[in-house]
Amino acid sequence: MNDPSYTRILKDGLWMNNPGTVQLLGLCPLLAVTTTAINGLGLGLATTLTLVASNVTVSLIRKLVRPEVRIPVFVLIIASIVTVIELAMNAWLHDLYLILGIFIPLIVTNCAIIGRAESFASRQSVDRALLDGLAMGIGFTLVLVTLGGMRELIGQGTLLAHANLMFGAFGEHLSLTLIDNYRGFLLAILPPGAFLGLGFLIAGINIINARRERKVAIKAVIAGQPAQA
Amino acid sequence: MNYRQIIITTIILLLFAISGTALVVYTFDNTRERISANERATLLRKLHQLIPQQQHDNVLLDDTLTIINTPLLGTLEPVTVYRARKAGQPVALVITPVAPDGYSGIIKLLVGINIDGTLNGVRVVAHRETPGLGDAIDEKRSDWIHLFDNRSLQDPPLERWAVRKDGGDFDQLTGATITPRAVVKAVRQTLLYYRDNQDALFAPSAVEQAD
Repeated sequence: MNDPSYTRILKDGLWMNNPGTVQLLGLCPLLAVTTTAINGLGLGLATTLTLVASNVTVSLIRKLVRPEVRIPVFVLIIASIVTVIELAMNAWLHDLYLILGIFIPLIVTNCAIIGRAESFASRQSVDRALLDGLAMGIGFTLVLVTLGGMRELIGQGTLLAHANLMFGAFGEHLSLTLIDNYRGFLLAILPPGAFLGLGFLIAGINIINARRERKVAIKAVIAGQPAQA
Repeated sequence: MNYRQIIITTIILLLFAISGTALVVYTFDNTRERISANERATLLRKLHQLIPQQQHDNVLLDDTLTIINTPLLGTLEPVTVYRARKAGQPVALVITPVAPDGYSGIIKLLVGINIDGTLNGVRVVAHRETPGLGDAIDEKRSDWIHLFDNRSLQDPPLERWAVRKDGGDFDQLTGATITPRAVVKAVRQTLLYYRDNQDALFAPSAVEQAD
């Protein structure tokens, strides 16, 4: 198996094979949490941390684990890591925990993490696994923040509202009320809005990919990956 | 040979189970004290929003009373009361009732009441109301909860302790009536409970001792 280059890993995680919009993994937390951009950012950061930690661990022990028991072992590793992260945050970053705490157990339900462990980290060197975890995590975070921002803007007419919950006093300057006296559009905030929003997001990405493909037809053939969703 | 494979595989799995559990146990053990200290500090910070620090000189978290069997407070679980005293004299307390009829489940509240029956304030500690609508009862999301500041059973009169839609004095939230209705009702019930049990609530922790 030939090792993918670092650039390739980054591109895959952020765009070509993005866990949220292309692999469609981790839909449960993705759809549930993205009512605002800040909520999305919170879950994204916690997921990224878990992804990096689990990818590195899985890659470190990849030669030790026999194929028959690899899935239970991955599950054990991920569950332990998530619990440890939750406890450690509760102890040392208590204020952040009060904000992100509700998202952390959700991470266990995110199949993107075991997906990366199985399909990437268990076959690659530690440095590549780490980079992959980081790239996939950031890619996932971008989708969460975009979708959260879309729903927040359409649903409540604000952007980055309650940023102070995450960034402290500095965050208050980040919050924008783009439409004053907006009556709100309930559909965007409720669960159907999440499905619709994600649908439009994926459609948009597919349009961009299709255009690109036409422009650089030759390169697209080699990659063989875009617009597979 | 085949047996050997199976045994080795089993041992590997077992080792991972043990090390995973050990890691969690170790972390739990090393964080337990910090976590409970953090939780106490967070709770105390919340209580101090409802009972200003200069108003009392006792240790709020230790002068508690647990009351049971109080359907008026919206729950069958034990309800904790934190009492504030100055020089031994009761000045205020915080009751932790539950609004059982929120839009999506129960809403846990902190209700701070002065000795004269006026509200020091109300805070929502846990809820699952609709993000962007019902969650405006949370102080972090909107100022709605401050409508209760300094109110009492005389202000507004008892029959107007309801949201406007029900002919009361309290604004509902845009797009959400059920949530504020539940909160207003719970606060009203708590004030009624306080009116009828004031002495018992301030009694030195003899009636039902907290743990």
